[in-house]
Amino acid sequence: MSSDLVIDVRNLNKRFGTKHVVRDLSLQVSAGEIYGFLGPNGSGKTTSIRMLCGLLTPDSGSGTCLGHDVIRQTAEIKREVGYMTQRFSLWEDLTVRENLDFVGRMYGMRNRRDAVGAAIDRLGLGSREHDLAGSLSGGWKQRLSLAACMLHEPRLLLLDEPTAGVDPKARREFWQEIHELAATGVTVLVSTHYMDEAERCHRLAYIAYGRLLARGTAAEIVAERALGAWTVSGDELAGLAPKLVPLAGVDHVTVFGSQLHVTGRDREQLARSMEQAARQYGDYRFAPAAPGLEDVFISMMDNARDDRQ
Amino acid sequence: MTLGQLSWSRWYGIVVKEFIQLRRDRLTFGMIVGIPVLQLLLFGFAINTDPKQLPTAILAADTGVFSRTLVAGLRNSGYFDIQRQAHSEAEALSLLHSGEVQFLVQIPEGFSRRLVRGERPALLVQADATDPAATGNALAALSGIVDTALSHDLRGPWAGLQPRPPPVELRVHRLYNPEGLTQYNIVPGLLGVILTMTMVLMTGLAMTRERERGTFENLLSTPALPLEVMTGKIVPYIIIGLVQVTLILIAARWIFTVPMQGSLLALYVVVVLFIAANLTLGITFSSLARNQLQAMQLTFFFFLPSILLSGFMFPFRGMPDWAQALGSLLPLTHFLVLVRGILLKGSGLVELWPAVWPILLFMAVVIAVGLRFYRRTLD
Ligand SMILES: Nc1ncnc2c1ncn2[C@@H]1O[C@H](COP(=O)(O)OP(=O)(O)O)[C@@H](O)[C@H]1O
Ligand SMILES: [Mg+2]
Repeated sequence: MSSDLVIDVRNLNKRFGTKHVVRDLSLQVSAGEIYGFLGPNGSGKTTSIRMLCGLLTPDSGSGTCLGHDVIRQTAEIKREVGYMTQRFSLWEDLTVRENLDFVGRMYGMRNRRDAVGAAIDRLGLGSREHDLAGSLSGGWKQRLSLAACMLHEPRLLLLDEPTAGVDPKARREFWQEIHELAATGVTVLVSTHYMDEAERCHRLAYIAYGRLLARGTAAEIVAERALGAWTVSGDELAGLAPKLVPLAGVDHVTVFGSQLHVTGRDREQLARSMEQAARQYGDYRFAPAAPGLEDVFISMMDNARDDRQ
Repeated sequence: MTLGQLSWSRWYGIVVKEFIQLRRDRLTFGMIVGIPVLQLLLFGFAINTDPKQLPTAILAADTGVFSRTLVAGLRNSGYFDIQRQAHSEAEALSLLHSGEVQFLVQIPEGFSRRLVRGERPALLVQADATDPAATGNALAALSGIVDTALSHDLRGPWAGLQPRPPPVELRVHRLYNPEGLTQYNIVPGLLGVILTMTMVLMTGLAMTRERERGTFENLLSTPALPLEVMTGKIVPYIIIGLVQVTLILIAARWIFTVPMQGSLLALYVVVVLFIAANLTLGITFSSLARNQLQAMQLTFFFFLPSILLSGFMFPFRGMPDWAQALGSLLPLTHFLVLVRGILLKGSGLVELWPAVWPILLFMAVVIAVGLRFYRRTLD
């Protein structure tokens, strides 16, 4: 059902000089989906999103966005996509309303006044509409950006780390808004760092060092990786961690509050090492656990780095 | 190339945005008022130099030996570069009027014969004195040149003619600026300098500012077309430029009492042309520059030769050939000819066409470069 695909790109590549920033990216996103785009800093998320909306030209590869060719039909794509940049990119020396008015004019909206008024009401910007955008706090700027990129009622929203640097309450409200939008049939591609946000997406893609490492629902990704995971609890965990790292089968030891997370790709070897460690360090409780999304991503990132070297 | 229809609504949106931003930008506003005032004060007094090899035309109605001696003497002085032999008075005057020559030397009929008879024939020298610094020294040296040149020939049988009073009656006419006031020259020149500086700089910053603040990415993600953005951004500056011009003209008229011979309409036509040339250069600079600093540097790279080589700071014809060649690439050089021509000489646009087309050519080249380097993506 390729007609259902809002984004359908294959083997996109992008280099900056000698730096291969995006490698053979293939991505399929269906209509009405909230699609999470995850990966560490510098992994190529922003570059990928910019290629999708015509701001960067891929070196190779092909595909469509809203049915328009990502290389040749960027003008059409720009008209129909709402793109929220990672950094605040509206005009700080314009007021909230002036910014929205400007954006409305850029999209040639005939009912601009009404649309701007409606967007201001919807995102609760009314009390700030005559403030300069530059004087707003992070949370308000993010709302303004969202209002601006939804103003022309695009069918596809590309949101690049929209919640970075925003407090938890504002983040929660933001996701509420995203889900309401998706319910009306808008497709959303959102890049993020936060695992709790990843879990709110219908489907995910994980990218590291420019390479797409996993796709699917959160559960599928975790299951596919088949990662072994154990938790260790007790006192003085910080002292114990370095002793576990060199053990056979242990890839990662991470402190999570009052617990250690120990993970490894070789589940059997990990289990043997953990059972042995449990005997050796009797003061601590060792227990097998279900790996989380974050464990899986960290493990994949390490592998990707090893591959590169 | 981006396909698509140009949209008035988008273009208007950009114009509105630029006006709002300009209104809130105190620094730029200060520049608009401050730069003309500052420069008028700074350059109110001229810098005099000693230019040589000034283009000169001869209208010789006499071919006698003394006539030739005189011409040789003028040439040897180094001040006069005799480029043209005019054949009629009308031709000679038009050479002067169009600015092709700075001096016109008229040797009347029967000059040699009357000289020999001791009738003290008149030698008429007409000078284009719009730029007094350019003509002053040459004129001052003139009578000495004439005396020395003739003293070689006035020997033997004619030695009796040697004594004072001088054998030739020298008549000098300073045209267009009879009192040789430098501010007449400097104030119109300032018009060009101020426009060059502010127009190129402000538009030079216009695009790089968007890029540096990250707003360029937003602008680029909307359907706005490059042409809409570029022209939309220019509009407010054209108006600023015209305001500046009007300020300077008022100062010129009422403070420096510069005469205004020609038509104001012609002047404003020329001004708009010149503003447009500078704005396209500014926009092109900001397409080439990666940040505001680079745009600023490019502007000064352009501004410095504009001041030094255009004939604003030093008389154009006093400069070496290579400098004149470089100078004639700059719009300011031609603009100075135009403004001085219109304000001081009352020349019309048709006469001044030789100074108009180089500005048009400059613009065409700059636009071509600008479109070539306009970034349509973030690559
Ligand atoms: N315009 C550019 N020129 C050169 N390098 C770039 C450019 N944009 C991004 N990069 C590099 O490409 C890599 C990926 O960047 P980016 O796509 O921003 O990653 P992410 O959004 O996942 O943090 C980074 O190493 C970054 O330095
Ligand atoms: Mg990014």
